[in-house]
Amino acid sequence: MPSKYHIPSAPVANRFKAIIRSGVIAWDEGCLKCAKCVKKECVYKVYDKRSLDGKQMLDSLDSVCQDCFRCVQGCPNKLIHKGMNPAYKALGDEYWTPDILSNIWYQAETGRIPVSGAGYGGPFSGPGFDAMWTDMSEIVRPTRDGIHGREYISTLVDLGRKVKFLEFNSQGELRSPTPPLVEIPVPVIFDLLPWSPPRRRIIEAFLQAAATLATFALVPLSEWTPDFEAYINNTTLYVDRPWDATCDRLIDGLVDRLRLIEIPDAPDVMQLVSRIKEKKETLVVAIRMPFSRAAGERAAELTEQGVEVIHLVADEFGREQGEYPLFIKDRMKEVHLSLVEKGARDQVTLIAGGGIAMAEHMAKLIICGADAVTCDIPLLVAMECRVCRRCKEGIACPVELSEMDPQWGSMRIRNLMAGWHNQLLEILGAMGIREVRRLRGEMGRAMFQEDLEKEFASLGKGAGA
Amino acid sequence: MMEKERRFQFPLAKETPSRFRNALSKYRIAISKACNNCGACIDLCPYGVYKAGSKRPRSVDQHYCIGPSCEKNEFFCVSRCPTNAISLMPNPSFEVLGDRRWPAELLASTWHMAETGKIPHQPMNYKTGDSGGGFDKLRICYRNGHAIPRDEISTALQLNRSGDTRPKVTVPVPFYLGGMSFGSVSIVSMLSRVRAATALGTFCCTGEGGYPDELKPYDDHIITQVATGLFGVREETIQRVRIVEFKYAQGAKPGLGGHLLGDKVTPRVAKMREAVAGSALFSPFPFHSVYSVEDHKKHVDWIKEMNPRALVSVKVSTPTDVDMVAVGSFYAGAHIIQLDGSYGGTGAAPDIAKKNIAMPIEYAVPRVHKFLKEEGIRDKITVIASGGVRSAYDAAKAIALGADGVCLGTADMVALECLRCHHCESGRGCARGIATTDQELTNLMDLEWGTQRIINMYLAWRGQLLGILSRLGMRSVTELVGRTDVLVHLDYMKGDIEGELD
Repeated sequence: MPSKYHIPSAPVANRFKAIIRSGVIAWDEGCLKCAKCVKKECVYKVYDKRSLDGKQMLDSLDSVCQDCFRCVQGCPNKLIHKGMNPAYKALGDEYWTPDILSNIWYQAETGRIPVSGAGYGGPFSGPGFDAMWTDMSEIVRPTRDGIHGREYISTLVDLGRKVKFLEFNSQGELRSPTPPLVEIPVPVIFDLLPWSPPRRRIIEAFLQAAATLATFALVPLSEWTPDFEAYINNTTLYVDRPWDATCDRLIDGLVDRLRLIEIPDAPDVMQLVSRIKEKKETLVVAIRMPFSRAAGERAAELTEQGVEVIHLVADEFGREQGEYPLFIKDRMKEVHLSLVEKGARDQVTLIAGGGIAMAEHMAKLIICGADAVTCDIPLLVAMECRVCRRCKEGIACPVELSEMDPQWGSMRIRNLMAGWHNQLLEILGAMGIREVRRLRGEMGRAMFQEDLEKEFASLGKGAGA
Repeated sequence: MMEKERRFQFPLAKETPSRFRNALSKYRIAISKACNNCGACIDLCPYGVYKAGSKRPRSVDQHYCIGPSCEKNEFFCVSRCPTNAISLMPNPSFEVLGDRRWPAELLASTWHMAETGKIPHQPMNYKTGDSGGGFDKLRICYRNGHAIPRDEISTALQLNRSGDTRPKVTVPVPFYLGGMSFGSVSIVSMLSRVRAATALGTFCCTGEGGYPDELKPYDDHIITQVATGLFGVREETIQRVRIVEFKYAQGAKPGLGGHLLGDKVTPRVAKMREAVAGSALFSPFPFHSVYSVEDHKKHVDWIKEMNPRALVSVKVSTPTDVDMVAVGSFYAGAHIIQLDGSYGGTGAAPDIAKKNIAMPIEYAVPRVHKFLKEEGIRDKITVIASGGVRSAYDAAKAIALGADGVCLGTADMVALECLRCHHCESGRGCARGIATTDQELTNLMDLEWGTQRIINMYLAWRGQLLGILSRLGMRSVTELVGRTDVLVHLDYMKGDIEGELD
């Protein structure tokens, strides 16, 4: 086994105070000045540690308070209340909910996975990934000494073309081709951003983090600068312009250390693939295409033509292109199964992304058939983005992302990925699976709401039904 | 069985108000300076919201207030106040309380039941949460016109249905209280639950944290747990009790071991668990002595050998093959199979596990029930559902889906005034003195108070169960088992439903 993969993490402070769910409302008027004031008895010493951030006009009361309500319930004149923070409710949107954003912020800041007491408090299920549960095993455990033990769970995946079988000649020499593979120790790649403020520093943070984790970050050719060359080993260049002499020159300059390149799908895409392959046989070429109704068929076509990696993308809400769009997990299942049916699934690597917001989404998309996933907005959120999308309108970023220190940003991303990696281990451990590669397409080890609900579908048929 | 139950004397409900000065209420009442302290409001309010004060009346029990819906009543204090001094508004703090599974109204209703032993008179939903699926979308449908008199209805549950020679243990209510270890909760919380279970003639499980000596007087009502860490498990503790429970997995963190963070491992907790104070305790997963159903049978045999009068319960989570797990447990000799659904409680667990791993109990119960029936063994084993049962209505629905009874935990915590802040795991533990081992915080709760709160709540639950069974025309809760035909799922409701939905 390769050496054990571990992402070290350490707290990385916020630049701005996080927006939290609720606040303390305390009046002074009517205060009885009790000798034993409830504020002095606060278990969390919220009132002792009180401070005001002048710049952001935020009271530390709100962020330190843990909602035990003892002061609310103890004040004789009922002068203390809690109230919902309207700014919290207004965060993000229906998909990128306030709860998801604060979950990402917590991980990026602390480098720890969210652990809490009491049972789950969220909705029973929901659209998309929330309509799916993962399996567990009562008595089988993948390792004898726990998920972080000496016998570890591997999260390594390899990207590239795979041969179905090996051929040898009569002398016992290998005759099959051995296509190049690149390995990533964690099944996440950092994708292009759907929007962001001016992003030179953001890209640098992505690249630094990709280098720390030994994975890749996509960088469009149009945004490439020589400053990024230090990270070329962890860069996936994305060819976001028609191929011309400038492209040739640029790639020729980088090709020695470049390992992975991505090009958009096009009718004559295979010509471009061969042209790039001519530069370096071991350069792995990925083809980017949108999730759509036609994705399964196109993926099969490309696989037949010998493509190494296909990168399927949904929009930032996990939706495919076209009318009545399917959610990413549902189309992923279909694409995966159509390749399985053709006996071609293992030859090609499928990377998929769009709407991946939490660690569980990564695990679930892999179960639905992806070899690895790509992640975009959460990386910004790790750097305190509030998904307000003002940058799309050209309005200044409230958390000044363009000016942040890339080093700081990369450590925040590293923390988030450490959390995701550990959570992936929890899911794999619970299922008794020892390798993320074996999680791919394991739909029998997941439960889908549409199947489970069948038990209920007959309940409530009235007389007229 | 009926005879025996009739002889069982349920304890009486006793008024047990909040331990805190101000109970959390849905509405907030303010009396302005215009008040001339005439006392009209005190006389008017039939719910006893007001008490006399020196300058003006005080709305001490504003959690009894029924809010704007009172407007139509003659005794509506706001409009009857001669000086217009009373104003009524929603309480902003109420909105902050709770979550989708336990919305503020369900919490406050449960507090009301724990305080009074009665269902709330305030306009609050005490039957369901707001999770948008499962129990919260299921309704009981009353089609039968003949209500059975309540005193003719049995809520008793027989726990040993195997037909073996071990005792036929019967509990007068179709539920018992689930495992919460000493360490995850305080000794006062633990004893309150055990004493309430004793008073109600049922059982309470120790959880995986040892068997504190204080529990000895209640041995006959204790289920002792054998879990993967074997914390505090001794031959002697196994021999003390009438039911022994194997915990293979827990719904909130299926496939993960137990988890007690270092701060809560006080010297006493450490001693009980034979561990080191201050260092976090992780139970392994799974049982390292069980890697097959044959191993599992050896486990069960071992307990049976050690305690010839004990019934054996097996607590499992809800994986894809939960039905096979149940059958396996039966053939290994279990009397009780407890299915712990994924939305169950815990003292600490990774959020990803709570939300995503294993299926909700609403799906698992009908599946297991059906499968056991097909195997012809449904009558030989007791199926207990847990993990997300929050109210008497959830309990009734779980039974209608195919369980014999249910197992509760979080509801007890709520009765003790837990408000689900989700901070049981950190630092000194629960700031409200429920799930803590800190001495000062533990002292926030009195044992008599805690015991009575839990008794009150379950008396209110039993009352509701009797009401449901009565309207369904059933004389025993055992008649409800697997009767999915009395349930309606709001998402799949089609055509005219005959009968009344509840």
